[in-house]
Amino acid sequence: MADTSFQLKGSVVTTFILELYQYSREDFTQQLKDKISQAPDFFLQSPVVISLEKFENNELDIVQLLDVCREFKLQPMAFKAVNAKFEAAIKLTGLPLLSDTATRSVSKESVAPAPQQVIAEVEQASEYRRSKVITRPVRSGQQVYAEGGDLIILSQVSEGAEVLADGNIHIYGSLRGRALAGIKGDTSARVFCQKLEAELISVAGHFILSDSLDKTLQRQAVQVYLDEQTLHVVAV
Amino acid sequence: MAEIIVITSGKGGVGKTTTSAAIGSGLAIRGHKTVIIDFDVGLRNLDLIMGCERRVVYDFVNVLNQEANLNQALIKDKRNSNLYILPASQTRDKDALTQEGVQAVLNELSESFEYIICDSPAGIEKGAQMALYYADQAIVVTNPEVSSVRDSDRILGILQSKSLRAETGAEPVKEHLLLTRYNPSRVEQGEMLSVEDVVEILAIPLVGVIPESEAVLKASNQGEPVIFDESADAGQAYSDTVARLLGEEVDFRFLEAGKKGFLKRLLGAK
Repeated sequence: MADTSFQLKGSVVTTFILELYQYSREDFTQQLKDKISQAPDFFLQSPVVISLEKFENNELDIVQLLDVCREFKLQPMAFKAVNAKFEAAIKLTGLPLLSDTATRSVSKESVAPAPQQVIAEVEQASEYRRSKVITRPVRSGQQVYAEGGDLIILSQVSEGAEVLADGNIHIYGSLRGRALAGIKGDTSARVFCQKLEAELISVAGHFILSDSLDKTLQRQAVQVYLDEQTLHVVAV
Repeated sequence: MAEIIVITSGKGGVGKTTTSAAIGSGLAIRGHKTVIIDFDVGLRNLDLIMGCERRVVYDFVNVLNQEANLNQALIKDKRNSNLYILPASQTRDKDALTQEGVQAVLNELSESFEYIICDSPAGIEKGAQMALYYADQAIVVTNPEVSSVRDSDRILGILQSKSLRAETGAEPVKEHLLLTRYNPSRVEQGEMLSVEDVVEILAIPLVGVIPESEAVLKASNQGEPVIFDESADAGQAYSDTVARLLGEEVDFRFLEAGKKGFLKRLLGAK
């Protein structure tokens, strides 16, 4: 018997959703540019799903929209919640249309057949998120990225250094540089540090600068998390 | 095998060459055969600080290009027979340095010397990277001010990532912090970072603190490394530093204002 060529796996992938409200080339280009300039590294080559759920206008040049996105190094991978009017134009681009249920594949209302759902759940439970552990100081000008998991630093992060993770960031020392958790959009990611002197802290693209940090929390052990689109910095 | 020590800082003007001259001389005074190499190709200074500028015939780049052999280029110090200088070229630039060439020179020097001191140029570019690439130990020269501290942090990052020891996964380069131009009375007035501040930020062991001293400028202009001036506080502080580098435990001096200057102040000196 021949060896198995492939296996179908259920999995959940984190992407950005670009929720389009309205579209004119000038405004969209300008606003996208502003957004991306806040954190160019986050968005570089990011896959993005364009949602038209809240799109109110009747006019939309799909091809132009995709061109603008690609110009800024985003990778549009699908559309979702598409009005029937745009379906034909989107089909021409070759990108898939996600039905609403497909994007909520983990939800209870999923119409996926039962056996498949079991596979998906098993896969998720056994999915092991690797952590990256750094034992020496992260120096000015250095960048450390924990892809697909948590970043644990058993030393300090110097001014001018940058630490990034798809998951949480734990720093058992002073944080004087920048820490960016959940950079692929995980809003449940958190940043923990022993001594807060950071230049910038970010969770899933929401960031706070040292100037806006509560002075009473300076040099304290804190955690930073996202709740209702707002970053909270609290002592631990 | 010689121990290769790089004197580096990132920032310019903090005292790398003064330190190279003093530490190299200090090791020689203690009987260790030592050579100091000037890696600052194009901005040759070490020969002036060592007072041998009139004796430079061939230089480091001539040796790299095999236009001269090492014995022709090495200058023997007139004060101490254990001490040699390999001057930089003044007419070339850092592109004259090649990894293979530097390695060949260091290998040859390793056969006859105990210590090789590499006086790094400022910056983080090719010259500085060449100077630190083969290092076993690094002395990071830092002034007690924020920009110097940040640049030192940057060079520590480069030591951890771009040295031969880092690239081959060998035991990391041994790092030492040397604080120069330290002025305790300005620290007390809050105008200068304290030793504790700098040690906390850089998080590496302290090997010495050199007080700000008029003796340093005088020594540079006379071409006599300050460590030979036994009456100067800076000279004594460098001697202590060399002792610590060799593993001795020596208490830190010149960290507080007033103690040493008491008599001087009574006499009205500044």
